Amino acid sequence: MRVRRAGDTALLVETGDLETAHRLHAAVRKAATGQDATVTGVLDVIPGERTVLVVIDPARCDLSRLAARLPELPLPESAAGEAPAVEIPVVYDGTDVDEVAQLTGLSRNEVIERHASAAYTVAYLGFSPGFGYLTGLDPALHVPRRESPRTSVPAGSVAIAGPYAAVYPSASPGGWRLLGRTDLRLWDVTRDPPSLLQPGTRVRFVRSPEDAR
Amino acid sequence: MIEVVRPGPLATVQDLGRPGHAHLGVPCSGAADGRALRLANRLVGNPESEAGVELTLGGAAFRFHRAAWIAVSGAPAPLLINGRAHGMNAPCRVPPDSLVEVGLPARGLRTYLAVRGGLGVEPVLGSRSTDLLSGLGPAPLSAGDRLPIGGSSGLSDIGVDVAPVAQPPDVPILRILPGPRDDWFVPDAISVLCGQPYEVTPDSNRVGVRLDGPKLLRARDGELGSEGMVTGALQVPPSGLPIIFLADHPTTGGYPVVAVVRAADIPLAAQLRPGQRLRFTPAT
Repeated sequence: MRVRRAGDTALLVETGDLETAHRLHAAVRKAATGQDATVTGVLDVIPGERTVLVVIDPARCDLSRLAARLPELPLPESAAGEAPAVEIPVVYDGTDVDEVAQLTGLSRNEVIERHASAAYTVAYLGFSPGFGYLTGLDPALHVPRRESPRTSVPAGSVAIAGPYAAVYPSASPGGWRLLGRTDLRLWDVTRDPPSLLQPGTRVRFVRSPEDAR
Repeated sequence: MIEVVRPGPLATVQDLGRPGHAHLGVPCSGAADGRALRLANRLVGNPESEAGVELTLGGAAFRFHRAAWIAVSGAPAPLLINGRAHGMNAPCRVPPDSLVEVGLPARGLRTYLAVRGGLGVEPVLGSRSTDLLSGLGPAPLSAGDRLPIGGSSGLSDIGVDVAPVAQPPDVPILRILPGPRDDWFVPDAISVLCGQPYEVTPDSNRVGVRLDGPKLLRARDGELGSEGMVTGALQVPPSGLPIIFLADHPTTGGYPVVAVVRAADIPLAAQLRPGQRLRFTPAT
């Protein structure tokens, strides 16, 4: 692991891969809430594709000591633990299903089957609150995002772009290809935690019973 | 209760933001110039973390139906209470049924109004801040909005007459620490960044200060995987022109960060106005 400074209030740890990023994310959170005196004053722990950013309050944390400590933290075996996968029911009536079929040379049904049969993991969140970038998308479905983003994509839209799948947690502009929609609430500020998805959460998409009709 | 008569170009409620949710895609948000809001709060005896109003280029007016104590800090602007001039960075008593006006700042961009007791709008995820990127918190203020004032029991007494505050400089010098991704740029990128002044472009906002000036050239192609972003990061998109991330910046991003502004200098960045020039210098 390589620890880089990100200004005078944060460290960026390069973990080499996503799985290690999730394990380190879990380890830093555990240390920050526990007895480890070096890991105090941590404000945010943010996993990326191959990194973990640790943001601190400089009044309560010594950045150099933390930089020395982070690579030594014992990592859990697996970040997600035994938590069951979140199942997201989808009605596959998205406006871009035909376009994705065309781009991939698959039939409509094959696009849907492949999307619904993969096992996904939340790599990291970003773009908007509760927006998880899901890895695990079938490589046959890797399509570029739209050339011009839509000005508004409805909340609950199930979408793909590049190697990622996602669900729009709230209405926003967006350039991803829309395959369908879900009624599941991915983001609710009155819930704790407000986001259904966390870094490392396992996810499956299932065809909604409503979709059969 | 405060009634917004005129919000000016942009007025939002801000406290010190909602840290701790960035891994869920929630920006920290909060006062762009946190130092100015903290000072205004201290002057009226509030905890530094109380919510106040962040004004952008002033131009605002508020009706106070009841008596209150206020303090105005940040970008220096004329402050009028019922038409009479008052000083900034000082507690001011507002009589019942008064009009408080903040004019156009002579320099700087963001002026803060704190009220003894704080603004009692409903918090979201522990903060009353308006996050313009993700839409969390109260909407930007508009004429006719009413803002409740919190109670003042248990607050410290108002002790200071006036706080000495340096004027924002004409050409601020922001101290930077190279990295975390300076190795994605040509070896002299930091000296290019620090060699010539940059100019703030009009599309700057609470998400970031966009700059025009010398382009920073990349030493390598390819895509950096998305990674966490800090306030003060100088993110460099393919244009080569850096953006200084402010309070409402996205939590993750895929463009490399060549350097980060020291936390102590972020208030200077938050006070930059379009057309203004600035310089970077390596922090020592």
